[in-house]
Amino acid sequence: MDSYLLSLVIWLPILTGVAVLGIGEKRAPLARWVALFGSLVVLALSVKMWADFAPGIAGLQFVENMPWMPAFSINYRLGVDGIALPLVLLTALITSVVLIAGWEVIETKICQYYAAFLVLEGLMIGVFCASDAMLFYVFFEAMLIPMFIIIGVWGGPRRVYASIKFFIYTFLGSIFMLIGLIYLYQKSGTFELAAWHELALDRTEQFWLFWAFFLAFAVKIPMFPVHTWLPDAHVEAPTGGSMVLAAIMLKIGGYGFVRFSLPITPDASAELAWIVIALSLIAVIYIGLVALVQEDMKKLVAYSSISHMGFVTLGLFIAYMLASDGRPDSAALALQGGLMQMLSHGFVSAAMFGAIGVLYDRMHTRQIKDYGGVLTTMPWFGGFAVFFGMANCGLPGTSGFIGEFMVILAAVQANFWLGFAAATALILGAAYTLWLIKRVFFGEVANDNVKALHDLTPREWTVMATLAAYTLFFGLYPKPLTDVMQPSVVKLIEQIQVKKAAEIPESPLADTADVAAQASGVDSSAGVAP
Amino acid sequence: MMMSSVAELRPMLPEIVMLVAGLFLMMFDAFSTAKQRGWMHFLATLSLLGTAFAVTLDMHFGAPDRSASGLFVRDALGDVLKLFMLFATGLVFVYGRHYFDSKRQYFGNFYVLILFAVLGMMVLVSAGNLVTIYMGLELMALATYAIVALDRDNGVASEAAMKYFVLGALASGILLYGMSLLFGLTGSLDLFEINAKLLTLFNTDGGSLVLMSFALAFIVIGLAFKFGAVPFHMWLPDVYEGAPTAMTAFIASVPKLAAVGMAIRLLPEGLGTLTPRWQEMLALLAMASLIVGNLGAIAQYNLKRMLAYSTISHVGFMLLALLSASASGYSALLFYVIVYSISTAAAFGVMISLSREGLEFDRIDDFKGLNKRSPWMAFAMLIVMASLAGIPPLIGFWAKLQVLMAVVALGPAWKTLVLIAALFAVIGSYYYLRMIKVMYFDEPESDATPSAALDVRIILAMNTLLMVALGFYSQPLAQLCGRVFGVGGID
Repeated sequence: MDSYLLSLVIWLPILTGVAVLGIGEKRAPLARWVALFGSLVVLALSVKMWADFAPGIAGLQFVENMPWMPAFSINYRLGVDGIALPLVLLTALITSVVLIAGWEVIETKICQYYAAFLVLEGLMIGVFCASDAMLFYVFFEAMLIPMFIIIGVWGGPRRVYASIKFFIYTFLGSIFMLIGLIYLYQKSGTFELAAWHELALDRTEQFWLFWAFFLAFAVKIPMFPVHTWLPDAHVEAPTGGSMVLAAIMLKIGGYGFVRFSLPITPDASAELAWIVIALSLIAVIYIGLVALVQEDMKKLVAYSSISHMGFVTLGLFIAYMLASDGRPDSAALALQGGLMQMLSHGFVSAAMFGAIGVLYDRMHTRQIKDYGGVLTTMPWFGGFAVFFGMANCGLPGTSGFIGEFMVILAAVQANFWLGFAAATALILGAAYTLWLIKRVFFGEVANDNVKALHDLTPREWTVMATLAAYTLFFGLYPKPLTDVMQPSVVKLIEQIQVKKAAEIPESPLADTADVAAQASGVDSSAGVAP
Repeated sequence: MMMSSVAELRPMLPEIVMLVAGLFLMMFDAFSTAKQRGWMHFLATLSLLGTAFAVTLDMHFGAPDRSASGLFVRDALGDVLKLFMLFATGLVFVYGRHYFDSKRQYFGNFYVLILFAVLGMMVLVSAGNLVTIYMGLELMALATYAIVALDRDNGVASEAAMKYFVLGALASGILLYGMSLLFGLTGSLDLFEINAKLLTLFNTDGGSLVLMSFALAFIVIGLAFKFGAVPFHMWLPDVYEGAPTAMTAFIASVPKLAAVGMAIRLLPEGLGTLTPRWQEMLALLAMASLIVGNLGAIAQYNLKRMLAYSTISHVGFMLLALLSASASGYSALLFYVIVYSISTAAAFGVMISLSREGLEFDRIDDFKGLNKRSPWMAFAMLIVMASLAGIPPLIGFWAKLQVLMAVVALGPAWKTLVLIAALFAVIGSYYYLRMIKVMYFDEPESDATPSAALDVRIILAMNTLLMVALGFYSQPLAQLCGRVFGVGGID
């Protein structure tokens, strides 16, 4: 079964989604159960994958490979390593949670809602499993359509604006990546990622490719200054959409950096790391300040997401500074910190958005000023919310602490002031999160609406408790994750230390004028000379 | 000159079948009662099937078969184009049947004219000689002018037909002028001879280069008119909007296949010597088409006009493939135009099936909340729009991918062109998304639940399914296109 396990976890949700669509609106309760059952089966399968995964191997496992479009050497090539595996699990988990969270909340077009999330789940898992660049791109892009529809159909008042902005931003970023992929294909004759990791590229080529990848993934993660689609998308998306967006889709940006930018263009990444580091620091500090002044809870958490993802990019690119200093262990720490931060943020941000959804379903407002003293009327919920707030500021004992701590530790080793600046972000994070908690949950009961609130339903309790359990578990005992990641991270460190550019002389891209003459000479088959 | 024998007519069998069928239908229409005319649809579809059968009877992969002293070329390119023309025309017949039915008085003429237009296109894509090209082109053009004008009480349609006719005639004139210059230069009308003579001239007499460039420029302009490339695109939106929807479906989907055939016959096969020259010309046309087409489409409120501008932007992509001047580029071009015609047929199929008597269903606002009223139609349109926008895994993505691959292969000197193509693909996605938005996010303006006849729904479902299936596995089509130009194949 292991030989096609990956295909199963990709296609089972998509097929379930189609089935759910076919069940039809008239039998919506059945559709809901089918959808939930499907997502739980996928979760079970990915747990099995975790169990069967051989730790200590850096390469891809559960590999599948068959020709897809032989005319262009595009293969259906799948495989997971220690970096992708936890993300697949995260996706399966969050999707199940999201389906439960939407149970009674979604009242219109129920089948389409569930189908969209299932299809999205399959596509996202596909992104993490693809080891063929074109397959990756297909999943990466196809993901946009279900998310576009989720935001646009079940979203808030400005949903149309938000959904189109989301789509255009991401599409714009990724189309340049597509050109980069085509260039690499013509250079190497294959779309296999592993082959590209070995492919020698000179400085100029790497430079162009780096920016092509950077555009795609920086928009996705998102980094300052291309982050502006995210607050809009989050605010307008339905709760489930926000949860998936924050918990998984943003991770795809970070994953893309790890899969494409770092190993394929190591020299350019090393050379341009300072730009990414600077942008990350701006994200963690400036966006943190922006989060402080938000009046809409969802917007606040959205900005907090951007700030947290700044830690991810910081960790990924600080590894370069450390590796070039000859400290691969610290570099591994930085990379692992970034990856841990991705996973932890997956649980915490999903929980935060879920919590906001719980409040919004009752009060139909997200303005902080409409709340106050919720803890009094909703003790269980308040408890969870405070816990997730703590995790969001990176309190030790929660998973939020692990990643941030590792990244800051590595940053201090690279440069004291870098570490200092990153640590400031922790304070800012604590400030906006705790202030949010204080205003919403503590204090006197603000008004009659808050007084009338009832505590969590069993369904909501399940959602909150599941996410809390994972946050706490990986906060106290991150070893299972770090063990799985370790070999792949070590391999990645080796890859980023390779000096690809040194292997070949300067490229044809360097001088356009020369090449223009050369190209027209070559292209005119009949031999026309100017 | 060789005497024509029956064996020499064999390669033209599909054209002969089509001609006989067209003539028969014309007579049938003239001498039958209103009741008997109900058979017209069936008979016309049958003629398409018969012609398609005649094409498949001896598909020509390998060396081209040049009959009638080289006037007529039978090769794989022509055969593949013909098959897809017949296929797309068949789709239009199914989608348009109820529309044709509702216009009783002209009933049969629609079918007869369309068959003759297709015959013209078939001749055009098999041309080995400038005269054959011109003959095919005019047969196609005259029939399509008449198709647009047929609904003579409709003022908009008549205006559109007039514009189409005047600009089309102008384009033909320009093309003809270019051809006469070529004849003056080489003393031949045969495309292969022209190519050979131009090469000798080029190497011996540098002075004739100016004249060559002149001839080339006129021919490229004539082509650009037929494609609807910017700045020769003015007729396109008006004709799309003015013609009755069922007619637009035909004009939008089928003649582009013929235009591609004509372009490949004329430029690489006839004027291969001047490749770098027409590459530059096409680059400008392609860029302008991408920019104007995509920006123009954003401003439209009428779906037919929007699709017209979207066509212009697709023409930009086709020209990109053509200018890459490589076998893989032509294969990408063939792939692109086939995908384009299937997608366009589906788009108009949805429009026609939603139309009612007196309501054309061609404003974008008519589609508001379609998902609530008719979810499957909305889904079909979603697939078509996403495919035209080039979003994977739909078939439109693979078409765009192949074109981009062909252009990237040209080398770094062309990177501006690639970047512009990519940028405008993103801008273009906006108006396709807007259609999805209108159908899925907006509230319906009326509660009318449109419903189409069963056969239309089945064919439409198959058409959409084909786009999805080819998106998941486009290898067969890519392989077919590659085989026509002798590339790709099996790894």
